[in-house]
Amino acid sequence: MTFLQDYAYYIGAFGLVFIGLFTMLVKRNLIKVIIGLSILETGVNLFLISVGYISKGTAPIFSKTGLKAERMVDPVPQALVLTAIVIGVAVLALALSLAVRLYHHYGVLDLRKIKEQRW
Amino acid sequence: MRSIISFVLLLIITWGISLSLDRIPFGESKTHVGDYYIEKGREETGASNVVTSVVVNYRGFDTLGEVTVLFVAAIGLSAVLYTRRKKQKGEVEPASLVLTTGCRFLFPLILLFGAYIFIHGHLTPGGGFQGGAIIASAFLLVYMGCRGRRISETGSKTVESLSGLIFLVVGLIGLAVGGRYFLFNFLPKGELNSLFSAGIIPIIYIAIGCKVGSELGGIIDRLVEESG
Repeated sequence: MTFLQDYAYYIGAFGLVFIGLFTMLVKRNLIKVIIGLSILETGVNLFLISVGYISKGTAPIFSKTGLKAERMVDPVPQALVLTAIVIGVAVLALALSLAVRLYHHYGVLDLRKIKEQRW
Repeated sequence: MRSIISFVLLLIITWGISLSLDRIPFGESKTHVGDYYIEKGREETGASNVVTSVVVNYRGFDTLGEVTVLFVAAIGLSAVLYTRRKKQKGEVEPASLVLTTGCRFLFPLILLFGAYIFIHGHLTPGGGFQGGAIIASAFLLVYMGCRGRRISETGSKTVESLSGLIFLVVGLIGLAVGGRYFLFNFLPKGELNSLFSAGIIPIIYIAIGCKVGSELGGIIDRLVEESG
């Protein structure tokens, strides 16, 4: 039980990564593949944030006096995830626009019906 | 068959990752660089939000690259979705009076909230990217609610280019004045936890907020136009 409590965030994060990868590998609809990509990204972000966590820590903001520096969580993963979220939005927008183009060209979103996309 | 193979493959991957995760205990260690940022960040940058001081000051050049990636993605989306022939405008059913009035009422409030988020980026949780996303959500509300309204394309392009230029010019001024590195914090640090503090950080975050807001607004504009 204590194992579950200690590693709950890691398990959750890699559960999300697992779900996302599985969706990307198995689903044939292009929109669902993109949704899987998005879930995968959320899992990676959650993992990075939980690596920087400190038990009973506070956010790294000195908004009040009396906040102790040693009780603050690591700011570096948070800054990196801030970057990753923005890049994720950009990737999602680009992937959706490619899906729109494919749909206009072939008339379907099913990857089995698009000959060049089969694997 | 394919799903079974994928499942087994993923189980192997997860097992391998969990082996390496044994070395990283949850909720204990902090990196040395994180310790340094928390200890010295306030004196060196003047921002009370340590994450902001990392994003805009210590790793400011990285943030410039990130803004560039967003810009390139917006351009790529426009290029992919570009159609030469103008689509004939279908008859758009006008939205109801309640919806239109509600959108008109909420739009300036959401803009104000987004501006608040990115102006206070060095004091509170938040910053340019978050504030820009909120501003883009205001545009999305207008597109969904009062149909037929559009952002002017020249306006959004101008705001985007100007704010990108401000970012670069502030960084170059720091290089010229301080003479040490790009994005040198050359303005006075001010008093901790006040609005006019932290030197160039609020200026850069305002520029980033305007840039991200107009870029995401442009992406929404493209996608809404594509969906008819």
